[in-house]
Amino acid sequence: MSVASEAKTGSRIRERRIDLGLRQADLAQSVGISASYLNLIEHNRRRIAGRLLGDIARSLDVEAALLMDGADREVLEQMQAAAVHAKSKAEIDRAEDLASRFPGWAELICEQTRRITNLEAKVQELSDRMSHDPALAASLHSVISSVTSIRSTASILTSDEKLDADWQNRFHKNIHDDAVRLAGNSESLIGYLEAPQETLIGNLPAQLVEEWVEGNYELIRSMETSSRAVDDVVGEAELDGAASLLLTQYLDEAMSDAAVMPMSEFAREAKKRDYHPGELAEVFETNLSAVFRRLSVLGPESGHPPMGLTVCDASGAILYQKIAPEFGLSRAGNACPQWPIFEALGQPGRPVEREVVLPTAPKTRFMCYALAEQTISVLNEPPIIKATMLAIPNPSEGAKPPLTVGPTCRICAATDCAARRELSVLTSA
Amino acid sequence: MGKRVLLIEDEPNIIEAISFILSRDGFTVHTHEDGETAMEKVRATPPDMIILDVMLPGRSGFDILRDLRADPITAGLPVLMLTARGQTKDRDLAERLGADHFMTKPFSNSEVRDHVRAVLEA
Repeated sequence: MSVASEAKTGSRIRERRIDLGLRQADLAQSVGISASYLNLIEHNRRRIAGRLLGDIARSLDVEAALLMDGADREVLEQMQAAAVHAKSKAEIDRAEDLASRFPGWAELICEQTRRITNLEAKVQELSDRMSHDPALAASLHSVISSVTSIRSTASILTSDEKLDADWQNRFHKNIHDDAVRLAGNSESLIGYLEAPQETLIGNLPAQLVEEWVEGNYELIRSMETSSRAVDDVVGEAELDGAASLLLTQYLDEAMSDAAVMPMSEFAREAKKRDYHPGELAEVFETNLSAVFRRLSVLGPESGHPPMGLTVCDASGAILYQKIAPEFGLSRAGNACPQWPIFEALGQPGRPVEREVVLPTAPKTRFMCYALAEQTISVLNEPPIIKATMLAIPNPSEGAKPPLTVGPTCRICAATDCAARRELSVLTSA
Repeated sequence: MGKRVLLIEDEPNIIEAISFILSRDGFTVHTHEDGETAMEKVRATPPDMIILDVMLPGRSGFDILRDLRADPITAGLPVLMLTARGQTKDRDLAERLGADHFMTKPFSNSEVRDHVRAVLEA
């Protein structure tokens, strides 16, 4: 307790007494002292402690500590933070007075602030989830598309204009088909949203980095030919500690890749060789994973196909992902095991080349190249393995039929999949 | 033959509904489902207006809009964008890229029809 705080004990007693509507003489009598002595105490001319303080606190129905120390420091800080957060015009310098005189209200302000902060964090978490979870985004898009179709079709059927029987039957069938799809998607969304999402919070720094990279491709390309230091760029990105470290690692790696594969020459060779990573690795005498990363940053605005990239560790946890149209693995640890990146994890050092197709969008095919590599070797320690997968959209027709891959088993429409680990709500509906 | 509308959308039942209401209104409606080859379709059958979905297989509607505005032949073509995502950033991006109008799904048929009429019968 500070000296300054103790010096205001008498003032707090006086304020509390007045708030309760007690006369000075009545309070003094209740604790066995004279009114004049109480007056000296209330004007801070006599110090008070011990049993007398306790008696006065009991008469005033308040904790003795509150009279001695004033409002709890933590409560005061929370009240002040609440005012700042809400950009309120509350009198911050009077917070201690309020807390001392009305401790219950002060605690209510703090509790409300905690709840608001938690709710805002939850909203942000959900918002981030919708932005960064391709499986969820795809499901939501499907729901909205079904609803739109049903609304439009129903509007035609209920309009005043006469419709011939063929059109009526056709539109009725369309509504039925969309309603069935909507029912399945709604159920899958509910199941998906109810699933625990703790891993999402853990991945947040990586997602912040991915978001920053997505919005700063021009800057990253300009770094390749300018003398801008990675540390300067990371500093300007204003990301928190963990995300900053990841961004530094990303940019260091990107600049190393650029040194071996200068962009203009690389872009030219990539187009010439139809983006084949094996051929490019030979031309630039570098490893396949570096070529995968380099291909993924070729800009669609320059006429290159929008390629996706996924990097994961040996557990399958996604370390980095560049999402492309219709491409993106679920970060919730339950991605489809058929993706070639997981096949590569099973055979480190051996590249995988496989064409895949999505079950819900039969026109969307990808040629995937994946490779798992040992990144760190320590004697008598298990190897540290990282896998990288590149997905190139709409490849030319291959000799073999493509492998079907999905978002996650629970909401995957694929039938007869040997790798399925749980029933899909779409096929069981 | 009425004014030509090109509908670039991959949902078959939405295509059928919009085509029906616009055809009934006297417009000639062409459709295309694939984002990757949409620009080829625009060049092969030049429309008077485009209704463009954002989420398409192959290429997004935003990329197609960017190409339309970059080509002097199609730069002035009226474009109505449709999207299932109503976030402010999508609307802002559509405006920045030069969309004339932006509608979020689910929309009403009369909204679409009234906008097409306003653009093509002005």
